[in-house]
Amino acid sequence: MQWEKNNHKESSPFFYEGDNDLMNIEVRLLLEAIYLRYGYDFRHYSKAHLKRRISHRLSISHIKTISQLQDKILWDRQFFFEFLEDLSINVTEMFRDPECFLEFRKSIIPVLSTYAFIKIWIAGCATGEEVYSLAILLEEENLLNRTQIYATDFNKNVLNAARQGIYSNQNMDLYSRNYKKAGGKKELSDYYTSKYGSVIFDKSLIKRIVFADHNLVTDSVFSEVHLISCRNVLIYFEKKLQNHVIGLFHKSLSNKGFLCLGTKESLRFTNYEDKFTTIDEKAKIYRKKPIYSKK
Amino acid sequence: MIKAIAIGTSHGGIQAIKTIVAALPPDFKIPIFIVLHIGRNSNISFIEILRKLTRLTIKEAEEKEKIEQHTIYFAPPNYHLQVEDNFTLSLSTAGKVNFSRPSIDILFETACWAYGDELLGVLLTGANNDGANGLGCIKFRGGATIVENPKTARAPEMPASAIRLCTPDFILDLNDIGKKIVELSG
Ligand SMILES: C[S@@+](CC[C@H](N)C(=O)[O-])C[C@H]1O[C@@H](n2cnc3c(N)ncnc32)[C@H](O)[C@@H]1O
Repeated sequence: MQWEKNNHKESSPFFYEGDNDLMNIEVRLLLEAIYLRYGYDFRHYSKAHLKRRISHRLSISHIKTISQLQDKILWDRQFFFEFLEDLSINVTEMFRDPECFLEFRKSIIPVLSTYAFIKIWIAGCATGEEVYSLAILLEEENLLNRTQIYATDFNKNVLNAARQGIYSNQNMDLYSRNYKKAGGKKELSDYYTSKYGSVIFDKSLIKRIVFADHNLVTDSVFSEVHLISCRNVLIYFEKKLQNHVIGLFHKSLSNKGFLCLGTKESLRFTNYEDKFTTIDEKAKIYRKKPIYSKK
Repeated sequence: MIKAIAIGTSHGGIQAIKTIVAALPPDFKIPIFIVLHIGRNSNISFIEILRKLTRLTIKEAEEKEKIEQHTIYFAPPNYHLQVEDNFTLSLSTAGKVNFSRPSIDILFETACWAYGDELLGVLLTGANNDGANGLGCIKFRGGATIVENPKTARAPEMPASAIRLCTPDFILDLNDIGKKIVELSG
């Protein structure tokens, strides 16, 4: 049989030599070192993901231990910023989980339509696909011209890509399908021009968007936004940090403001469960319960 | 002592998992995590079918849920399934690994970083080589490893690449794997 013919051992992959206890200690020290030296706080990110990225970096840089990696990170600023890219997950798509955008049209748009001016914060926007999706949706509902969108991320490289609004042609089939499922009223291609295997989204969409550097862990609140969309970001945080960030969102939202999370994220089991009303548990749309001033 | 079991499979995996689940006693305690390559498709109907074969709880893993005994967890379609060292499960939308999301390597690797030598890894039929590195990692950390016999597997490639990479403790025909799992868990 086929598999017997090449019965050689394949080039050996990277296995970390330290035992699990040692690995946990080294990871904690490394995250502390990064925080102290560079101010990026990954101490309460989910460890499984961090360990995978660390292990990947060790194997490609031919570094044997996490302690040695820590040494290099502390002494070599440029190397740290490369490593920062390793830690980042920027995977995204347009109209990701289209059912959520459909529900957005149904349950949020009618409320937003009653406002004279709309402020939206998209936190963890990555390379901008979600931002352009939302801008298109608002444009089709005739709301974009009275909306201000703040799109933030703590990764400067993805923010730059987001500002450009240039994406590979290859993904447009999937995005067009998503757009239709999300209740799109035209064709997605009405919003971009293609050139040399890339597409560039219309500048008219970007007029109402401000892209800004903001770290959810260490930076402070925004004021009085009507809607926050933070999708597929909390999933990388431990419970404690999730609570911190949802607290930040709660403070930033106006009374009865909306919060949209990713499909696998939820307010269930967080400290803020009873401070929001669930609009749609499947689409992860929540609404802040009003806080009346005590006078 | 085995405290958790991680299973990976791809092409032919639906039948293979049915066979194994049917072989487990109704009071089987040890939690089982399964990655079945299924792309973006829902696996709800498959989970329904499995529920008819066993009294164990069978569910899609939820973000940050605590690992319970008597339970079989599936990676949700299009998400990686990870085991955290505080014995909760987490999901990730990170890029595909070995062209796969969920990826078996990610489950195996993170599970053995949590359970060390108390993990049993099982790699079944499949037509790519996801899971081979992960199984090597389990073996390296002293966990137990079972690989389906490539000669009789529906698709030999996946078990074969694991055998090329490490020397699994057991290479067995599908029908004998359930029994071995129960024996090792005893
Ligand atoms: C998986 S992407 C999600 C993109 C988009 N929201 C979506 O759902 O498709 C996660 C993004 O969160 C950003 N992120 C992670 N930690 C952050 C933090 N502490 N502050 C701000 N952004 C963060 C990452 O840089 C990344 O771009």
